[in-house]
Amino acid sequence: MKLFKNFIIIFLLLFSNNLYANENSERNEITKNLRCLICQGQSVYDSDSDFANSMKILVDKKLNEGLSEREIYIYFKEKYGDWILYDPGLNKNTYLLWLLPILIFLFGGAIIFKSSIFKK
Amino acid sequence: MKKKLIPYSIILIFLIIFAVFYKSLKDTNIYTPETKINNDIPIFSADLMYLNQNSTSTEIFELDKFYLLNIWASWCVPCRDEHPILMSLSKNNKLTIIGMNYKDNKKNAKSLLDELGNPYEKIIVDKNGTISIEWGAFGVPETFIIYNNKIIKKYIGPLNQMLFMEIQKTIK
Amino acid sequence: MIYSVIGHYSLILGLCVGLILIFFSIQNFKNSNQLDAKILSFSFLQLFFVLISFLALIISFVISDFSNETVFNNSHTTKPLFYKISGTWGNHEGSLLLWLLVLTLFIFIFLLRTKNQPIKYKILTLVFQQVIIIGFFLFLIQTSNPFNYLFPVPDEGLGLNPILQDPALAIHPPILYLGYVGSSIIFSSALAATTLKMVSTSWAIHIKKWVLISWIFLTLGILLGSIWAYYELGWGGFWFWDPVENVSLMPWLALTTLLHCVLVLERKETLTSWVIILSIATFTLSMCGTFLVRSGILNSVHTFANDPERGLFILIFLFALIFLSLFIFFFFHQTGKNNSSNFFWLSKETSILVNNWFMMYFLSVVLIGTVYPIFLDVISSQKISVGPPFYHKLIAPFLIPFLFAMAIGPRLKWIRSDLKDKIYLIFLLIICILLSFFIVKNFNTNILINTILISSALYLFFITLRDFFNKKYKNFAQNTAHFGFSLLILSILFNNLFSSEIITNLKVGETYDNSKTKIVFESINQKKEKNYKSIIANFNITNSDGINNNLSPELRIYNQPNITTSEADIKTTLMKDKFIVINLVQNQDYFNVRYQVKPFMLWIWLSVIMISLGGLVSFLKKRV
Repeated sequence: MKLFKNFIIIFLLLFSNNLYANENSERNEITKNLRCLICQGQSVYDSDSDFANSMKILVDKKLNEGLSEREIYIYFKEKYGDWILYDPGLNKNTYLLWLLPILIFLFGGAIIFKSSIFKK
Repeated sequence: MKKKLIPYSIILIFLIIFAVFYKSLKDTNIYTPETKINNDIPIFSADLMYLNQNSTSTEIFELDKFYLLNIWASWCVPCRDEHPILMSLSKNNKLTIIGMNYKDNKKNAKSLLDELGNPYEKIIVDKNGTISIEWGAFGVPETFIIYNNKIIKKYIGPLNQMLFMEIQKTIK
Repeated sequence: MIYSVIGHYSLILGLCVGLILIFFSIQNFKNSNQLDAKILSFSFLQLFFVLISFLALIISFVISDFSNETVFNNSHTTKPLFYKISGTWGNHEGSLLLWLLVLTLFIFIFLLRTKNQPIKYKILTLVFQQVIIIGFFLFLIQTSNPFNYLFPVPDEGLGLNPILQDPALAIHPPILYLGYVGSSIIFSSALAATTLKMVSTSWAIHIKKWVLISWIFLTLGILLGSIWAYYELGWGGFWFWDPVENVSLMPWLALTTLLHCVLVLERKETLTSWVIILSIATFTLSMCGTFLVRSGILNSVHTFANDPERGLFILIFLFALIFLSLFIFFFFHQTGKNNSSNFFWLSKETSILVNNWFMMYFLSVVLIGTVYPIFLDVISSQKISVGPPFYHKLIAPFLIPFLFAMAIGPRLKWIRSDLKDKIYLIFLLIICILLSFFIVKNFNTNILINTILISSALYLFFITLRDFFNKKYKNFAQNTAHFGFSLLILSILFNNLFSSEIITNLKVGETYDNSKTKIVFESINQKKEKNYKSIIANFNITNSDGINNNLSPELRIYNQPNITTSEADIKTTLMKDKFIVINLVQNQDYFNVRYQVKPFMLWIWLSVIMISLGGLVSFLKKRV
């Protein structure tokens, strides 16, 4: 049970922090989470289309204006819809997306727990 | 009975999955942002072509007046197709047409206007493409109808005769 | 022209042989004292016809026979011979023909090599496999015939997408397909075994070899794709959580789980239902992947030609197979009386169950993440993207207990065990935590989560490393694979933490200089090859450690299709890769330059090779 509690703590921590933050500039981190509208399989960071290049400049501009990472995401979401963000936040459209894997995990755990501990 | 419940529910789940896949086969997978309307226009400042001056959005768009903002570039082929429609719209004095020259070479842009005529009252120069992103655009051409500092219509892609009629009706 | 005709008719003949085979099999099944010799020869005949057809397509590509529509769409006379040949399977039609070739090859080998198993089982496996084969024959002939005739014959072809003209990608599809399609044998044989109620330890021993084969090939196939993406597609990324990549990862996860489960079934008649479900799931997921990729439901970096008609065919075929297997599973499968899954909590069985539990969780994350946008779009027409942040958030925290379980699990004994040398294990754990804390602390990043992740990976690393030198410990194959996995996770983590990058715009002759790195854009050369022109930029880069490198990334402008690709120049050393790539910027006279230092890249590749090596050792090992 203690293990499980730690688990939840770690999990909550992850929600607020990006795991793979590295020493690269903030702009790269942000553009990695923005999806390019022209080459739709790529992030703005990976893409080299005109649109993506302009996006990169705009992200720089917004950072200079003092917007936080979150505010920039909200800014683009208002312009282009949820689709633009690679990180689908937890909202009414995505409850199932985030919770279903966790539920499956708990369900599987229950089965194993039942079969290996109670029926000795 | 209870034993049969599991197989039946699994079959049902797979049938639903099948139906979803079947339906999505027919849809396109290319995403175009929803044409959101009734949004305030973005606040920006930019250079104007021909005038060599800097102007802000509030100076360009006044209240109580219909504006048409058209994003174009000389290298964009569909822009040439819609040009005659913009020309005829410019004859309507209820509507002010503002151009936004997207990532273009000034010389080429001017020679295109010399060749096909200039429907624009003012032309905003968007050298690095950021202003058009502020507008929520992602390509050329795109057209916005603005009234009272609000975007009331948005068209992705070139204008045609049908949209011409629609725009005429909107500004009446 | 003549080759297309030969290819087309041998396809039809192959289909006919499939039908004949089913007919003979049913007869033989009723009267099954011994395997009908005709079955083996007909199976060979089918393989032969598909091979002829495949060779005919290769020849059409080599001689640039543009009367063949597939060749016209995917080849060009100026293409190097190597890519003319690899172009055969670099397109939809050709790759399906390759699928078919592997399908027929595998069932033939299966019939030839399977001994000591009941005749009925062999026949039934053949029947199920023929159902799949016939499905693919029909699919090929009906919707994507590689031998369509074009008239008038064009002078020149449209060319192969330049990003596919690459040695790694030339061999990537065949290797990956061996893995994908290899799982079809597991599928067919699991269905056959279920029908005959012979899912048992001896069956597990027999099927394990097949599981291992497809697992090894699938692992290597994914590796090749990833290496290719690293130097050709992205800016130093090697895994994008793109739908097409996810689709190859899902069968891999299922197959890995199955592999572990079979290990239990090998020793003890238990978990039978679970093994059957996994066998079915692996192939179904492979098929599902083919469907998602080929139908164009998902958009991805890896572009494939989309055709709704093909999508519909695969969809129906896929669900026919699913319902067939569901029917067989529920109708024939009975859990035996001695098939109780009671395990003592501290035993190898339980640890394998824990493995299964986590693997299934990872699988469900990848599966749900990939298909959820489709469902949401259909049900509520909301469009969202599910990208790397989602997978990282859901997978990384669960990786921690998973790695610990991987370290402890193999040390347990079957049935019931006590953990020996507990003190040693705990001591090692503390060392790992301290070690990783110091590593992470030096780089002011997210301390907590990285420390825990790295220490769990280090823990597995040290434990498996020690076991290599432990004479008592015999399971070399398992240890190699687990060691490889810990190395993989460590390399990925360090790679992510310590990569650095410079993005700048430079003209020829200019210099970029920050305190650590100096990049001099020295000159530009031009080169003309047979099917492309290239612009080669020469850079001289000095790092803070004083090491001087000359790197020359390239821009290639292909003639047909007219596409510009940028080829990265990578200097690989044992500890880090230096990666540089240039791009043109529209209407500007400078180049966009990206320079990255990526530590441990080589180790990512090596560790995956090591993982598959573990599989190979296990495959070659004689059972005691």
